[in-house]
Amino acid sequence: MAEFLMPTLGADMTDGTLVQWKKKEGDRIAKGESIAEVDTEKAVIDVESHTTGIIERLITRPGDKIPVGTVMAIIREEGRPTARVASSRSVTAPPAPPPPAQRTESGAAAPSQAGRLRMSPAARKLAAERGIDASTLQGTGPEGAITLEDIERATTTPADIAKPVGAADRQARMRQTIAAAMARSKRDIPHYYLSTTIDMDRAITWLKDTNERRPVTERLLYSVLLIKAVALALRRVPELNALWKDGEAGRSERIHIGTAISLRQGGLVAPALHDADRLSLSELMQNFQDLVKRARAGSLRSSELSDPTITVTSLGEQGVETVFGVIYPPQVALVGFGKVVERPWVADGLVVPRPVLMASLSADHRVTDGHRGGLFLAEIDRLLQEPQSL
Amino acid sequence: MSAVRNREHGLELLRHMLRIRRFEERAAELYQLGKIHGFLHLYIGEEAVAAGSIPSFTNEDAIVATYREHGHALVRGTSMNQLMAELYGKAAGCARGRGGSMHFFDASRRFYGGLAIVAGGLPVAVGLALADKMHGRKRVTGCYFGDGAVAEGEFHESLNLAALWKLPVLFLCENNLYAMGTALARHQSQPDIAAKAKAYAMGADTVDGMDVLAVETATGRAVELVRNGNGPYFLEYRTYRFRAHSMYDAELYRTKDEVNEWKRRDPIATFEQTLRQARLLRDEDFQQIEAAIATEIEEAVAFAEAAPWEPIEDLNKDVCTDVRRTT
Amino acid sequence: MTKITYREAVRAGLREALQRDLRVFLMGEDVGQYGGTYACSKGLLEEFGPERIRDTPLSESTFVGAGIGAALGGMRPIVEVMTVNFSLLALDQILNNAATLRHMSGGQFNVPLVVRMATGAGRQVAAQHSHSLEGWYAHIPGITVLTPATVTDARGMLLAALQEPDPVFIFEHAYLYSMEGELEENRPVVDISRAAVRRPGKDVSLITFGGSLWKALAAATQLAQEGIEAEVLDLRVLRPLDIGTILTSVRKTHRAVVIDEAWRTGSFAAEVAAQIMEGAFYDLDAPVARVCSEEVPIPYPKHLEEAALPQPDKIVKAVRTLLG
Repeated sequence: MAEFLMPTLGADMTDGTLVQWKKKEGDRIAKGESIAEVDTEKAVIDVESHTTGIIERLITRPGDKIPVGTVMAIIREEGRPTARVASSRSVTAPPAPPPPAQRTESGAAAPSQAGRLRMSPAARKLAAERGIDASTLQGTGPEGAITLEDIERATTTPADIAKPVGAADRQARMRQTIAAAMARSKRDIPHYYLSTTIDMDRAITWLKDTNERRPVTERLLYSVLLIKAVALALRRVPELNALWKDGEAGRSERIHIGTAISLRQGGLVAPALHDADRLSLSELMQNFQDLVKRARAGSLRSSELSDPTITVTSLGEQGVETVFGVIYPPQVALVGFGKVVERPWVADGLVVPRPVLMASLSADHRVTDGHRGGLFLAEIDRLLQEPQSL
Repeated sequence: MSAVRNREHGLELLRHMLRIRRFEERAAELYQLGKIHGFLHLYIGEEAVAAGSIPSFTNEDAIVATYREHGHALVRGTSMNQLMAELYGKAAGCARGRGGSMHFFDASRRFYGGLAIVAGGLPVAVGLALADKMHGRKRVTGCYFGDGAVAEGEFHESLNLAALWKLPVLFLCENNLYAMGTALARHQSQPDIAAKAKAYAMGADTVDGMDVLAVETATGRAVELVRNGNGPYFLEYRTYRFRAHSMYDAELYRTKDEVNEWKRRDPIATFEQTLRQARLLRDEDFQQIEAAIATEIEEAVAFAEAAPWEPIEDLNKDVCTDVRRTT
Repeated sequence: MTKITYREAVRAGLREALQRDLRVFLMGEDVGQYGGTYACSKGLLEEFGPERIRDTPLSESTFVGAGIGAALGGMRPIVEVMTVNFSLLALDQILNNAATLRHMSGGQFNVPLVVRMATGAGRQVAAQHSHSLEGWYAHIPGITVLTPATVTDARGMLLAALQEPDPVFIFEHAYLYSMEGELEENRPVVDISRAAVRRPGKDVSLITFGGSLWKALAAATQLAQEGIEAEVLDLRVLRPLDIGTILTSVRKTHRAVVIDEAWRTGSFAAEVAAQIMEGAFYDLDAPVARVCSEEVPIPYPKHLEEAALPQPDKIVKAVRTLLG
């Protein structure tokens, strides 16, 4: 028997709300297949199973708020005797269902089979304007669809309707979560900051040439170059690619770059681009686009949120020139990129206009020092001067 | 018996035919160079019909033609510049370049196309004649079509209605013996086309369409009959197309021998002989005509090359008339 | 206000048109001695003579084409094609000549032609005489398509059409000829660019035209008894479509049912639904619904014909479904 536990879907996550089971008791589930949707207050995430087998028992119920590590389901592993209890993890939280206070009783509001809420376009628009999470409402329109009137009713009498995961609430809670993580970071981590200006002329020229030869759909963004450069530089300075755990830094074998993505409705997530150092620029671009799309659609995978080993944040689009970020615990470093600007630059003894970029490093002084940090930034600079080798 | 009235008359007919042939030869060349696209139906071999018949109509009369209408428009007087620009698809063309080879139009010469659905022009011609009759105008509408049109219902409906209402329309059938690739005998139970017209109670003649003088005489007489209020009249010109139906075809439907046999009756060569025998054409006349036409063609090509394209913003212009509706 | 039948209204329009402009003439099958299949031109031959009231042979393609030629020649022909079913024989002239000549000639030639025809089912005349093809015609750029549903429009639209420089097609629903209505005499010429709200409402828009207008109005009356206020829109002009009026209504009611006597697939109702989607998607509170004819040749027996066509109860049902 294997236990399915409430996973850690982010360093700061202490508990999650089960939105829905994707399987029922008796269903077969394969490793990597989605078993449940969990609301982490940052996003609704599809959680995959790490076990292949038959679902023996679903313990927790949709609407339950469940502490990380709690047993949520029992899976009978395939090819293994039923009697074997396989859990090697110590389960601290009791497997009993938590109090039902937060549960939604309404069954009619269940999302449609396709996973998309049955809701009229006008209602959707109004709900967005008023910050209402319609997934909790009971529709009165054709085939149970949520209509304008349902939204009107929800707005006028909010007290009557349970809103455990209302969009407005979720946004507020996401803010709270970020606040807690950042406060913890600033309290616990002795940050040091370095920055350097990088000549982007070659990188941009190379990118332009490359893109001209690519179909429109396969063109690269220069942020992908930056991510790849960070990933390769981490191979040279691996101590920055680490997680702080139990009073010491543990280096990560693999390089998963957390990429800060701001959400349209507000808030921020930094899901991982896995093995960024091993992917080609095209693969990286594809994965990056996919990640942005899914982050904004609220359909990130659990592993993506839980395992970045470093974070890259680019605020160039916002017009920012220099970024000094706050490290996302338990990571030990964060790289910030500003926007590319034209500046006078001395090259071969001449002052020439060049596109330049400010790269910064925020790093944990408990793990590294300015010397290693400087080396790291210099390596990024060097890599960006040879864009073809990325 | 048709005869050349005088030297000017003879040279004029020759000039009309040569202009059509040289224009089309150049058009075929430009097509191969990729300057002209789409369909290009050449009239080469049939020049005597347009050259001999179109001058019988006055400026007040109307002409309705088909997709093989380069010759008719040239003889009618639309400038070669405009026609060449139309073949190019340029905005300076006689239909702003929108129609191309099959859709020459010229309102100033009452030239109503350039209508490319076989027999589709006949009802329109009947209507133009109806308008003239109701207005009491002594105009004639000349309606050209091929032997293929004879198989269409609109042919029979139109002949019937025109005769029934005694409308001033002259039906001009250019029988080149093939409806695209189908020989007349293979699509008509009664291959005598003039006989069909007579069945609708109108006068009809069969004319040698390779003889420009015969065409001129027969058409002139028919136009006057129609103009004088005798109702419609019908002429069948027996002629032959030397080239493929459009630019190219495999010509599986006729033999080389047949084509060569007809080429021996080339309307230009035979008329040139007639003029020379009557001592109405000297070598230098011929050279002068050819030279003038060559210059005109080169100017037309240069004009078309230099002419602007219709701007894309004008794509929707003239789908309907731009009028402000009053409410 | 005078009470008058639709047939009399069409005849009144024809008479006025013939009186006003000597270039106007009427031609078609049995428009003269017979007095018109639907008696719309009864008495006109006697009044205006055979030059202007012309009986034609059964040659739809040629007399429509002759209308085009006469229009090119400076006349203002009104061509009556007995029914839309026979207009198929004239489709070449309509599409290849009437609709294209102006554009294809680079703006040199106008075709100020008016073609009238009866359309629609509902009179037990079976499959070959019951078509509703005005939506097909509305597909064609270069022409105007009118569907008068009231006696005022039956008269006024004809007069307005004769003012147009381009071809206008008027589809008179055969079922309406005997209908009586109030003629607004102060409106000799009506506007032919706008849709009309025939009954205001706030809960759902019933969008229709021609013969179906009266079915939609009947449905609205029935819905009112249930407390549902349906707005009824008469499109009047299918091309160019007055999408503004449609969107205004849908933005108000958030729901729309399009009623069209044509077959559902590829119907004009489909076009209206698509344009609502394009223009008012975020105002919709329910999918746009359609009430169209069943996809069968219209059968002869009354019960089957009724079952095949849009009916007030079908409209009511569609509205109830939309309201959940």
